[in-house]
Amino acid sequence: MDSIKKTTLPPTVGPQAGATDQHQLSWSRSQAVRRAASHLILATVGILFFLPFFWLISTSLKQLDQIFTLPPIWIPDPIRWQNYPESLAYFPFLLQLSNTLTITLSSVVLTLVSSSLVAYSFSRLRWPGRNILFYIMLSTMMLPYQVTMVPLFIIFRQLGWINTLLPLIVPNLFGAPFFIFLLRQFFLGLPRDLDDAAIIDGCSEWGVYRWIILPLSKPALATVALFQFLGSWNDFLGPLIYLSDPSKYTLSLGIQVFVSTVGVQWGWMMAVTTVLTVPVVVLFFFTQRTFIQGIAFSGIKA
Amino acid sequence: MISSMSRQERRRLGMGLLFASPWIVGFLGLTVYPVILSFYYSLHVYTTFGQPMHWVGLTNYVELLTQDDLFWLSLYNTLYMVVVGIPFHIGLSILLALLLNMNLRGVSIYRTIFYLPTIVPIVATSVLWMWVFNPEYGLVNAALSELGIHGPGWLTDPVLAKPSLILMGVWTIGGTLVIFLAGLQDIPRQLYEAAMIDGAGTLHQVRHITLPMLSGVIFFNVVTGLIGGFQIFTQAFIMTNGGPLDATLFYALYLYQNAFRYFKMPYASAMAWILFLVVIVATLIIFRSSARLVYYEGEER
Repeated sequence: MDSIKKTTLPPTVGPQAGATDQHQLSWSRSQAVRRAASHLILATVGILFFLPFFWLISTSLKQLDQIFTLPPIWIPDPIRWQNYPESLAYFPFLLQLSNTLTITLSSVVLTLVSSSLVAYSFSRLRWPGRNILFYIMLSTMMLPYQVTMVPLFIIFRQLGWINTLLPLIVPNLFGAPFFIFLLRQFFLGLPRDLDDAAIIDGCSEWGVYRWIILPLSKPALATVALFQFLGSWNDFLGPLIYLSDPSKYTLSLGIQVFVSTVGVQWGWMMAVTTVLTVPVVVLFFFTQRTFIQGIAFSGIKA
Repeated sequence: MISSMSRQERRRLGMGLLFASPWIVGFLGLTVYPVILSFYYSLHVYTTFGQPMHWVGLTNYVELLTQDDLFWLSLYNTLYMVVVGIPFHIGLSILLALLLNMNLRGVSIYRTIFYLPTIVPIVATSVLWMWVFNPEYGLVNAALSELGIHGPGWLTDPVLAKPSLILMGVWTIGGTLVIFLAGLQDIPRQLYEAAMIDGAGTLHQVRHITLPMLSGVIFFNVVTGLIGGFQIFTQAFIMTNGGPLDATLFYALYLYQNAFRYFKMPYASAMAWILFLVVIVATLIIFRSSARLVYYEGEER
């Protein structure tokens, strides 16, 4: 509503004819109406977008008789915290949490190192064939995951890696095209004089990478770290294919298996779903800017 | 070629390759080799998983294309999601982005709310929306019953299952939305000012300035949406398991079932190659039609 006040303030003061003033006033009035309408639409859609979150938490704190009622009860009474410990006791939650953290954190570290090295080569070093390889890399992003899914399963099976966390960690050693692309675009934007000066001072390529490029690229590296964290934490198909023992499951997989066995215990199901969701939501709130800039950057520079 | 290079050039090449080597090794080992292997498998069958395979030529492909009704059904289901879902989601994202771009107060709050669902793990999203779509006590039918309407079983009705998943997809358009918003903010203000002086109305401005200037971003979102859309899997695996009556048996789900439930890995490999071709053809079609439609800054028309 503040914005309406702002826009209905008298338009630009100046030596203008009365007719123009009149025109400006009606123009700014229709502008104000338009803004109010936009706010109304956005607020409605915003509430609709937020409602499922509220519904999730609310259901996770209900006892059964409050879950199965019409019209729905929004605020549980009494609040039933027990849904959380009860549902989490049904499967090896802590073990699966630690598997997930192992995969997630090591993937983040590996992909940061490997992707930034490759991006450095694709942006700051000049060598024959560089651009061709870069475009080949970009085109591999179009390759559907399903094409390599079966052979990779068979390869990892021959290595004895099935039902271990390795197939979900080790591939990050080789960089991810999307992250390489993102970092390359960022590195290209850094002033070139820095490298040249450092090289004249006797700095090696490694030195430039380690002591100049990396320290200047913290925002981009943070974006990559976040995306990878999210990717590993949220991954479902990978764990589904490679992990067969509940003690090896990640949370995503463990929770899906749990949910598929408890039928109509919606309180429990929403409780475990909340547990799976809260860490990434908290992470998001602390790192929002990095996230949204990264997403926007990837779409605009592409 | 290498021998004709000067010492310095060779050193540069060596350094470049050295720094790029993680990706090069991964590309050869985790992409090129599996892709070739996948094609090799697709020309074989085995009787038991783990046993040697027999060469059968194109038999798997012929069987898929001529005898497997589920193959065609899964392709149809997937195309439905792509053809109906992508324009719907992209249109809505643009609309919301246009509203957000009006320099309103509280834009960052709206942006956060719209973006938040996209980071939620897909398993969580799927389980949550099973509950939202619950025929008796779900949020959607609870709202309908307020209006005196007895809502349908969204995920158990073969006609409604796919539209329901598309509707659920609206909840996760935040990523696309944020990209469009950034694209809108990149459009120079002078264009609008000039148009306003010429007396162009809002619709005119959207039609002749915003959409052309945004066409590159739209193109990007269509292509990424397409590649993702053809691989839709998890929602169907968790929420409907392909049902009801195979209405949500999507291509990637049927492929997964062939590979890891029936252990017909060569058959699944043939499916993967057909998917690959379909994605390439679809992308080429979009590329070609976009050559006319997409405007790049600085380009002469």
